[in-house]
Order: sequence, then C-alpha cells, then structure tokens
Amino acid sequence: MCLAIPALIKSIEDKEAEAEIGGITRRISLWLTPEAKVGDYVIVHTGYAINILDQKEAEETLKILRQIAQLEED
Amino acid sequence: MKYISEFRRSELAQGLLSRIQRQSKTPVRFMEFCGGHTVTIFKYGIRQLLPKTIEMVSGPGCPICVTANADLDKAIALSQIPGVIIATFGDMLRVPASDSSLQEAKAGGADVRTVYSAMDALKIAGDNPDKSVAFLGIGFETTAPTIAASILQAEEKGLKNYYVLSMHKLCPPVIKALLDSGELKLHGLVCPGHVSAIIGSRPWEFIARDYGIPCVVSGFELLDILQCVEMLVNQVESGKSQVEIAYRRGVRPEGNHEALRLMGQVFEPRPALWRGMGGVPGSGLKLRSKYQRFDAEFAFDIRPSPPREPAGCICGEILRGVKTPANCKLFGKVCTPQSPVGPCMVSSEGSCSASFLYGVGLEG
Repeated sequence: MCLAIPALIKSIEDKEAEAEIGGITRRISLWLTPEAKVGDYVIVHTGYAINILDQKEAEETLKILRQIAQLEED
Repeated sequence: MKYISEFRRSELAQGLLSRIQRQSKTPVRFMEFCGGHTVTIFKYGIRQLLPKTIEMVSGPGCPICVTANADLDKAIALSQIPGVIIATFGDMLRVPASDSSLQEAKAGGADVRTVYSAMDALKIAGDNPDKSVAFLGIGFETTAPTIAASILQAEEKGLKNYYVLSMHKLCPPVIKALLDSGELKLHGLVCPGHVSAIIGSRPWEFIARDYGIPCVVSGFELLDILQCVEMLVNQVESGKSQVEIAYRRGVRPEGNHEALRLMGQVFEPRPALWRGMGGVPGSGLKLRSKYQRFDAEFAFDIRPSPPREPAGCICGEILRGVKTPANCKLFGKVCTPQSPVGPCMVSSEGSCSASFLYGVGLEG
C-alpha cells in the first residue's frame, strides 16, 4: 500500500501540480514537497508527492550496477 | 517509464545475482518488512533465484493486513450511522471484519466510496455539505503525512464535514516488538523504501546497533531488491551491522522534513492494536486535541460489538514471519482471492494473495 511512482512535474499552481506519469497527466499535491520545481521528478503516493527523486543518485546507482555486471562478466 | 524500466534490466540483475551467489557463504534469513517488497520478490521469483544460503521471509508491512478486527469493526459501525459517507482506499472494502465487510455494509445500503487519494475524500466532503465524510486513515508513515495534509487542507477550506478515523501505524516500534518477541532469528532487514522516504534511514539505527542486524533501505524494482540483498550479504560476510540505503534516489538519511513536520503537527503517537501482534506501545497515531473536531472517534458515537477472529486463519502468524501461507490449512482451498477468509488474502500486498497469484507456496 506504500506504492509510489516517479512523476515529472510539468506545471505548478499554488500547492498543486500537473505531473506526467507514464504518458498520463495527473493533478498531484505538493503539500509534502513545497520545494519541488517544474522539471523535477517526484515520488507520488496516493496523489501526494512524498519526496523529490534525486536524479543524480539514480544515475550513480545505475553506474554502480553496470560496473558490478561488467566485473561479474569478466 | 523513466526511473522504473532502468531498474528492471535483466543483464544488470544477472550481475547482481552472480555477485550474491559468489559472496553468500553463511546461511541467513532476511525479512522484507514491506508488502510492496513482497510483491516484487514474488513477481520476479527472487526467492527461487537466490542461492540456498538465503531465506527470505515476509514481515508485517501490509497496513490492510495488520489492521485488527476491532478497528475494522469500528469502520463498519461508523458506516451504519445515518448521514455518514465512508471514503476509503479500495483494498479495505473486501477485508472481512468480525461479522461483515465494508463491501457487505455497502450492499446493505451504507454509503461507502472508494478513493485513490485523501484529496478525493476532501472533494466528496465539499460536494456533500449536508453529509459527514469519514476517511479511513489506514497506512504507515508513508500515508499518514498525506492524511495530515488533508486535515490541514480541510481546515484551510473551512470544511466542517470532513473526519478521519485514524488507524495509522508506525513501523519502527512494531519491528522492535517483533525482535523482542524472540520468535524469529533474523540476519538482515530489508527496510521499507517509501516509509523511509518520509522518516529517513536513521530510525532504523537501533536495529543495527542494539540487535546486531544489518539493515538496508530498498526501492521496489527488481534491481533495487537484488542490490539490497547484495548489500545485506556483504554486511553479513564482513561481520558488520549498519544501516545503509540502496534506494538512494528516493531516500535521504534525514527523511522528508516537511512531511514529518505536518505529521507531527496533526498526529501524536498512541498504542495500537496489530493483527497477530496485539497491542504495541507507541505504534499508532491519533489526532492531537487541537484537531479533535476532525477526529471521527470524537465526533461520532461508534459502538462496535466485541471483535471475533475467523476460525483456522493464521494471518497473525504469517504477519509475524513465523509461518508461511503454505502452512495454512485454508490457503487456496477455503481461502482464495475470490473468497478471502483473512486480510493477507485480500490485500494485493498480503503474503497469501502474492503466494496465490504467483504460485509460490502451493508446492507445499
């Protein structure tokens, strides 16, 4: 039930945003992430952004996983 | 989908599996606390992919499953009060309480509406000024801040007919209770990712420090779980027990400050009843007296009958990780997703539902 998925913020109006989730646009609440900006990915749970997704960390994690796969193949 | 599909790539999963197989020497039992993790593990057959040295057990991290009959009965009793509209997340509808379910209450004439978000419940309240809308506050630290925000929104909008029946639960206290019971020896904990998005990774430190159990916060995709298991194995094999974050794109050690602030403004801790575990001190949330007028328990005279448990159902033991769905005599026979006896078969995140859906456990 703690399901939450990444969404891209397209526009912000007051404490709400239009966000794109897999090609679909939804209205979400930014009450819990007031610092979110247009262009941020946020993690959305039951219509509320519960955190801003750290894109740099995501790339860093994928880099580590690619290194592991490479090392294990050798 | 961005930040989802990248974390499902099979060639990267292969690398992690190969490393886990090479590094894992000591027989260990890891618990995934969260029902969302249980679903990922069953969906990808991760238990079967891991080496024989690693046993994965499911924990009590399914809010629907752990809601006690005494609380479910309250929700049903509330639905019987004239003029009350119950707004609830969908999974709650079919959970059998002592005598009936919300779905049966609805069939009997109660106004029960499924919502996706607390925002939807606010809208129902706005559209129905002559009715009282009671939202069933179910969920852990991930969900509680959204309900806190909805109460503050209701206050801001001047809504006088929005109420919350708080059945929220907190995760660290129940894990402590589980470990203190001594029923189950664990060598690692897959910590819940979206609970940790709110509370951070620090509240898990007592587990690594006081119980010597390695903890890794995990995301919900295939690679997230495998990376988490790899990090747990690494800690075990190097004799460490600390808290690490595998889900770094979603979780910071300090958590979400604003969400914690709103949750603390609206709610305060209280003891809570957990299915299978009974009363756990400080593991529930109630509305602070300042927000009492939004509290359904305060606003309505809710009088449920004394709760009863279904005969033969072992959901409680399954939630504690001491039994599996395969140990239950009702599983797959009397109890199926079409006709569930216990909550672990109703919620899509329950161990029984996941076992039934993905065929794990049926082999005996």
